[in-house]
Amino acid sequence: MAKVLVVTSGKGGVGKTTSTAAIGAALAQAGQKVVVVDFDVGLRNLDLVMGAERRVVFDLINVVQGVAKLPQALIRDKRLENLWLLPASQTRDKDALTEEGIGRIVDELRTSYDWIICDSPAGIERGATLAMRFADEAIIVTNPEVSSVRDSDRIIGMLDSKTLRAERGERVEKHVLITRYDGARAARGEMLSIEDVLDILATPLLGIIPESQDVLRASNVGSPVTLNNPASTPARAYIDATRRLLGETVAMTVPVERAGLMNRLLGRRAA
Amino acid sequence: MDANAEPTRQLVRLRGRSYVAFVFCPAVPIVEWLEEIDATLARSPGFFVGKPVVLDLSAVDLSRPAIAHLVLSLEKRNIRVLGIEGVEAARLTASMPPLLTGGRHCAIQHVQPEKPEVKPPPTSLLLASPVRSGQSIVFPDGDVTVLGSVGSGAEIVAGGSIHIYGTLRGRAMAGVNGNSSARIYCQKIEAELLAIDGFYQTAEELDEALRNRPAQAWLEGEIMRITPLN
Repeated sequence: MAKVLVVTSGKGGVGKTTSTAAIGAALAQAGQKVVVVDFDVGLRNLDLVMGAERRVVFDLINVVQGVAKLPQALIRDKRLENLWLLPASQTRDKDALTEEGIGRIVDELRTSYDWIICDSPAGIERGATLAMRFADEAIIVTNPEVSSVRDSDRIIGMLDSKTLRAERGERVEKHVLITRYDGARAARGEMLSIEDVLDILATPLLGIIPESQDVLRASNVGSPVTLNNPASTPARAYIDATRRLLGETVAMTVPVERAGLMNRLLGRRAA
Repeated sequence: MDANAEPTRQLVRLRGRSYVAFVFCPAVPIVEWLEEIDATLARSPGFFVGKPVVLDLSAVDLSRPAIAHLVLSLEKRNIRVLGIEGVEAARLTASMPPLLTGGRHCAIQHVQPEKPEVKPPPTSLLLASPVRSGQSIVFPDGDVTVLGSVGSGAEIVAGGSIHIYGTLRGRAMAGVNGNSSARIYCQKIEAELLAIDGFYQTAEELDEALRNRPAQAWLEGEIMRITPLN
């Protein structure tokens, strides 16, 4: 049974695309057939993070408008044979998306994939609403700070009212993924605590991804962090989150980035 | 086959049956009496449909054309006359309803058409899930109860009181229709704005000591009071 999963947040820059790539790759490694769909028309990034930017010929808009067939636009990952990418168009904008066109594409993808992961653009406009429109499940990516949490709350409200499932009286299964978590700053009270975030959002937690240089490094070489360095702390956190998504029970750990020697010596700056 | 067979005679069986008929007793002037009928029809258009109607002419002295005209007028109103009584047979023609005799009085039971039960509009609104940022709940008819929290950037507008069994982080406006006795209750107060009957306080004016505690807000004259609940 194919599942449509939207990765969304409201706010920009919280790690939607990174998380889409990392979880998509981890699902594919777990033997699932996965397609990641970039909905950020006009500002596409997922192709870069997936390392497929040099192989894009056709895109989502071409398929929506019937210029290209769906199989022509799908790009197979070079490292994982059951991971695919449907890139967004960089030259168009979100007005080129139509609900009918997206619905047709999602229906077609449902017939041949286990997971259809929709990487939502930031905001609450057309791109974001269409990315969540056909979702069965949702990952709400949140940073532990007030503006991100409030935007996530708004997005959860929309998931409960604007999706096809909500309109049919069904539920979209929602998960909160806390990203860019900095244990040291949280300990100093400079970030919202995990408890605060979950209290405000009243939605189950899928995982906690630490703020890490590994994430940036992986993005720069065009590889999902779960593929680039599977042993790193963020990769392990993403893999745990993916296992929870597949229904496994995995103990939740608050990740601690191992500090280097210099960091340990000069970790705290005196006030 | 026997061609000479006598056609079998079937006996005509007659059965008796009685109906309760409406008896119309026209009075002079007939025009005004017809207006009465029209008024009845305006109130309940289907009142005479399918009901047998008998004309009792004993109270009036009508000529043959006048009777014909009366029957026709009733027919125009979709009232078909079953029979006529209280007049000598000579005044009726063959095309008119037959003369009836031997009618007996009986009480007519008025069957009122069953009115659909009118439920009073609900005076309270219950929300079982959290109210998210950006959502606006407007219920001018009474109280609003929220079982979850009200997120930052969400708002609740109620004609009556507002009860929140979670944390109030958004805006709550109670008594919007001029109900100054409305109150706001919440399990934890981190509100952005509280208003009752147009008098409001913003987060900045909230007493820090109240934060994160169960609290209620009400109006005392033109002053908003906010106190801990316990």
